[in-house]
Amino acid sequence: MTLVLRDVRVRYGAVDAVRGLSLEVKPGEIVGLIGPNGAGKSSTLHAIMGAVPVAGGEISLNGSSLRGRRSEDVARAGVALVPEGRRIFAELTVEENLRLGLAARRTPGGVEEAFELFPIVREFRDRQAGALSGGQQQQLAIARALVAKPDVLLLDEPSLGLAPRIVDVVFDALAAVRERGIAVLLVEQRAQRTVALADRSHVLANGELRLTLGPGDANDTEKLVAAYFA
Amino acid sequence: MTVSWQTIADAVSLGGIYALMAVGIGLVFGVLRLVNFAYGQLIMSGAFALALAAQWNWPVWAGILLCFAVVLALSMLMDRLVFRPLREQSPAVMLVATFAVAFLLQSIALLWFGALGKIASSVAELNTPWVIGGVDIRKISVVAVAVTIACLAALQLLLTRMSVGLHMRAAALDFATSRMLGVRANRVIGSAVLVSGFLAAVVAVLLTVQFPLVTPSFALRDTIVVLAGVVLGGLNRPIAATLGGFTIGFASGFLGGALPTNQSQYLDSFLFAAVILVLLVRPNGLFTRHGGTAQRL
Repeated sequence: MTLVLRDVRVRYGAVDAVRGLSLEVKPGEIVGLIGPNGAGKSSTLHAIMGAVPVAGGEISLNGSSLRGRRSEDVARAGVALVPEGRRIFAELTVEENLRLGLAARRTPGGVEEAFELFPIVREFRDRQAGALSGGQQQQLAIARALVAKPDVLLLDEPSLGLAPRIVDVVFDALAAVRERGIAVLLVEQRAQRTVALADRSHVLANGELRLTLGPGDANDTEKLVAAYFA
Repeated sequence: MTVSWQTIADAVSLGGIYALMAVGIGLVFGVLRLVNFAYGQLIMSGAFALALAAQWNWPVWAGILLCFAVVLALSMLMDRLVFRPLREQSPAVMLVATFAVAFLLQSIALLWFGALGKIASSVAELNTPWVIGGVDIRKISVVAVAVTIACLAALQLLLTRMSVGLHMRAAALDFATSRMLGVRANRVIGSAVLVSGFLAAVVAVLLTVQFPLVTPSFALRDTIVVLAGVVLGGLNRPIAATLGGFTIGFASGFLGGALPTNQSQYLDSFLFAAVILVLLVRPNGLFTRHGGTAQRL
């Protein structure tokens, strides 16, 4: 399933958060969305999920419009979000958190598949999710999204606040997710890492798409810096 | 002040009934962040259904069935006509709306049944005593406690073993994230309102045994006391709210039975003074851990 954004605009009152953004994510692709704070990256993900109203443009999944649909309907259409700050349910157990991921699943199945990518989640399945470390919680948040068997996975800064070793685990997992044919839209602050992993990365600034980079640009520091400050 | 075993049994049974009301109020608060002030009027409607069934000489089971049907239908109507359209509005708007529903139901009852009310006598047989160890205990005291335990156990199973229960718990913790995971808002809220209504119907049956005279203000005082109990326990924690409901019900029943007749009019004054004192010492509630506040929407 291909996720397509055409000329999408998001407004908060008089402020334009996203201005005419167009992009496409095909199955088995990772598309990066990078840029400074306030560039409109998270607003783009929230607009796709129906969590904020879209002021203009079109969002579609395999030709079917997602615009104006409720968050739960977007999730049940096959789009899963790993939100910023993880937003796991600290008072529920790890397994209960995973079971919540089943709410959007369209085919029969359980939570077991999530353990392949993140064995640590299986180890702590009966523990309260709030007792996990930040890195374990992030793995749980991604596992919970994958339990839904989505066609499209949106991630909002999954490496934020994680130790370098855990960042490696997360990025390796994203590469494995791509292998499964899932379309991935990755919002990240770690620009170099994202550009290296993604099939293409869009640089957003002030709500607008400024530049598109390929994996070959990952080591071109000058180009990256110029894109950020353009 | 004299305390009999019957007083203690009555206090425990009233504690159980108030605990059920607290759970009913707490469930809706959990998913909607709304204190439903019309909860007492749902119970009143169920009690009038029982009174009508008694007047029509219906068998007890049919009266109870009618009570459940009326309360569940009103709960669903309340959700569809009031809660759902106003869900995006501010908490103040929702709160005022529940006041309006409460007054509407009370006024309809006043118009239909008059201020003097009706007698719901179908299950009055439960007011007769059982002799347990040489002590007379009214059957309703035992039945109320047993029904409360059964309802709370069933609710615990629903919340922990069934997906709709898990969705209700998640929605109570973080509704926005739950929806983004695919949890259906309408289904979760509708389920919470229905379970809450079911508990209101149970309470209607139990209360009419103890207080068979059903007037338009039936259960109004109980609801206000339970709301105080829910706040006392901790509004945003279901177990704390339940314990708060039980505590204030027990205290109300105990003081009601133990106070001399010429001082019983001060019962509510004692109760609410105690609630204020407790909240001054523990503003987040008597049964919340670490005195912290729970995550809000």
